[in-house]
Amino acid sequence: MSEQKSPILADAAPLPGASHQTERPSAVKRILGGSVGRNLGLVIALVVLFIIGTITAGERFANIDNVLTILRLASIIGVISIGMTFVITAAGIDLSVGSVMGLATVVASLTAVQLAATQTSWILMVVVALAVGAVAGLVNGVVIAYGNVVAFMATLAMLVGARGLAELISGRRTQIVTNTGFLEFTRGSLLGVPLLIWIFVIVAIAAWILLNRTTFGRRTVAIGGNAEASRLAGIKVKRHLVMVYMLSGLTAGIAAIMMLGRTTAGTSTHGTLYELDAIAAVVVGGTLLIGGRGTIVGTILGVLIFSTLTNIFTQNNLDTSVQAIAKGLIIVIAVLLQQRFATRDTR
Amino acid sequence: MIDDDHASPLLEVRGITKTFAGVQALKGVHLSVRAGEVHCVLGQNGAGKSTLIKTLAGVHQPDAGEILWRGETNTIADPLAAIALGIATMYQELDVVDGLTIAENIFLGHEHSTGGMLKVAHANRLTRELLTRLGHGDIPPTTEVGQLSAANKQIVSMARALSHEAKLIIMDEPSAVLDSGEVSNLFRVIRELTSQGIAVVYISHRLEEIRQIGDRISVIKDGRSTASGLAVSETPTRDLIKLMTGREVANVFPDAVPVPANAPILLEVTHLHLRGHFSDLDFTVRAGEIVGLAGLVGSGRSEILETIYGARKATSGSVSVQGKVLRAGSVAAAVESGMGFSPEERKSQGLILGEPIYKNVTLSTFGRFARGGLLNEGAEKDATRGQIEALELRPADPERPARTLSGGNQQKILLARWLIHGTRVLLLDEPTRGVDVGARAEIYALIRRLAAEGTAIVIVSSEIEEVLGLSDRVLVIGDGDVLAEKNASDIDESGVLDLVMKGSAA
Repeated sequence: MSEQKSPILADAAPLPGASHQTERPSAVKRILGGSVGRNLGLVIALVVLFIIGTITAGERFANIDNVLTILRLASIIGVISIGMTFVITAAGIDLSVGSVMGLATVVASLTAVQLAATQTSWILMVVVALAVGAVAGLVNGVVIAYGNVVAFMATLAMLVGARGLAELISGRRTQIVTNTGFLEFTRGSLLGVPLLIWIFVIVAIAAWILLNRTTFGRRTVAIGGNAEASRLAGIKVKRHLVMVYMLSGLTAGIAAIMMLGRTTAGTSTHGTLYELDAIAAVVVGGTLLIGGRGTIVGTILGVLIFSTLTNIFTQNNLDTSVQAIAKGLIIVIAVLLQQRFATRDTR
Repeated sequence: MIDDDHASPLLEVRGITKTFAGVQALKGVHLSVRAGEVHCVLGQNGAGKSTLIKTLAGVHQPDAGEILWRGETNTIADPLAAIALGIATMYQELDVVDGLTIAENIFLGHEHSTGGMLKVAHANRLTRELLTRLGHGDIPPTTEVGQLSAANKQIVSMARALSHEAKLIIMDEPSAVLDSGEVSNLFRVIRELTSQGIAVVYISHRLEEIRQIGDRISVIKDGRSTASGLAVSETPTRDLIKLMTGREVANVFPDAVPVPANAPILLEVTHLHLRGHFSDLDFTVRAGEIVGLAGLVGSGRSEILETIYGARKATSGSVSVQGKVLRAGSVAAAVESGMGFSPEERKSQGLILGEPIYKNVTLSTFGRFARGGLLNEGAEKDATRGQIEALELRPADPERPARTLSGGNQQKILLARWLIHGTRVLLLDEPTRGVDVGARAEIYALIRRLAAEGTAIVIVSSEIEEVLGLSDRVLVIGDGDVLAEKNASDIDESGVLDLVMKGSAA
């Protein structure tokens, strides 16, 4: 009997009578339950939205210019959502992204900064925006990781605080961007595609590699999956969490640059409620709110679904309140589906 | 004596089978339980114990076979029907509501009320009676259950069974969450129950316990009864293991290899102190040596390992590996120095259950496989396959989620992690908890092999027999003090217990 010859087999397989094939779910189930299947669902949702858009708005919806409009709409919140994906994958949350972005637009468009940028290079404005984002993320991370403050509260405090700081610095006035180099760069386009979209694409590709192919990404997933096991395996959990929140702040800084380009103005009201849109996109995309599983592709699809939805409503001159209801429904349905997958995983 | 014809059984199960989605979980199980006895059901993980319990509790319906209750054929259609018959089940995850009081928990679902108003005082009085029957009349019925220890939650669960006038109580591994003091209390309560004519079906894979509490034993292997109604006192352990695993277990513990006197000291613990747990701890471990820490739960043994590893920050004192002093409270420093740790709670502290085997195996070392921060998953999987082969880890598929593995194989993941790391000092906390008897011998052999290859090992286990059988040298720990240091061959289990008792009396 093979059973007696290989004792471990009996230990490993719950029922040695059953072959390994029967223990595993069928190939179809596995694919649908796996990451490809989950993304497939989002792609189908997106296709359905496109069909609806084409039927209701016809030519106005289905043309290249409108697709670029959707993508441009998606790009800023998309970049923020990508940073958020890392935070949520690490079992955290960052409520401050919207107001940190607002703060970064204000600081980068201060008269003094713009003046210095004119004398040196417009790159200075970029660096300032990124620095503001990174420093805010650093503060979030240190308070959360070393202060042991719950991420929800720490970043809520940053949300309120950063918004207040932005108002204080700007005196609640809108600061117009006059630096021509900066505007030429951010409002430019390459191969007929606006630069904002290129930035989104580049950030997305970099983030995909970072999450799926680097030690940084592996640590992020491991910490989100089981922080204690990660710590006991020798991973410097606190230090890594600080870096994850800095990354999120950095993407808020990138988003600020994009926002300054799109609106040619810095103001403390930029990015209001962006944190909710970002979290919604991430969760709809299939990243688990409890951490341990994150998907950049899913997040991007989530963002595209929401921006396409907005576009369809705009094209048809529909009430934004109805749009909000539709958004709410999508979030609930996505989370319900996600829970079903989650319970299947843990069974 | 083992003759069912004379004493008519309370519950009789005849050849039940059960298939789930093409997998046959039960292939013919027989069980005969008499009133007033403790009937132990033994079986390895996956043998079908849980399915059997759930069938008796009315959760599952058997595909074939008969269940007789007091001599009459019965179908237990649902859990309510089981309760109505007098069959109560205590699952491993206790189904008590933390926010309610003991009395509220006991009468949950069958509250005493008049016109919708709860009769609180009445319920409390009945609860006190039930608790007294279980020898725990000292616990106030109005205590919130969330405040209770796992052991007392079990008492509540048993009192609830009594409130339903249960004739048969099924206990699924009740000792898994208890320490040894609490286990002896549990046994006292079980004897109380059986003296009142209640039958207990006791599910466990701890053979020592079955010896203490059981009257008769039935064994299940691969969904089939391999023995039914054996008298505990007349069945040698060796036979039971054979019935459970289908093979002979000649000697569970591998022979110790003498440690050469000139073997280098790899781990040195000096005046280590953790406030509130232990103080002034000194010991050394040589290459190739296994040192065991023996003591009861709460003696500070787990805290000692965690402090050595840096998972807790020592109040004072030092730990050095190969002569180099480690930074206190830094796991990363310990790992870097070549120390590895297999924690007590494997699932919550050791593994990322949703991740595949290979990512769990390389959790401490994936950086080594990376170049410029870019992971090399192919190399990780290759290294994992090497360990899978060396440790006979099953299933031999690096992509399988860690969750789907048995306890023994999950333990092997942790050993593989530290083997890849090249650990010189290995700290093992409860290395065989949740590992069934058949797989234990393998884990023991692996640990011994690691020592033979020059690793210094410190092992903690709540099973004193395991510490003694596996170690070269034993430190007996009581209340955070080293009560004695002996060669493992110079002391036996009762010797350790004597020392512990004396130590705590002093």
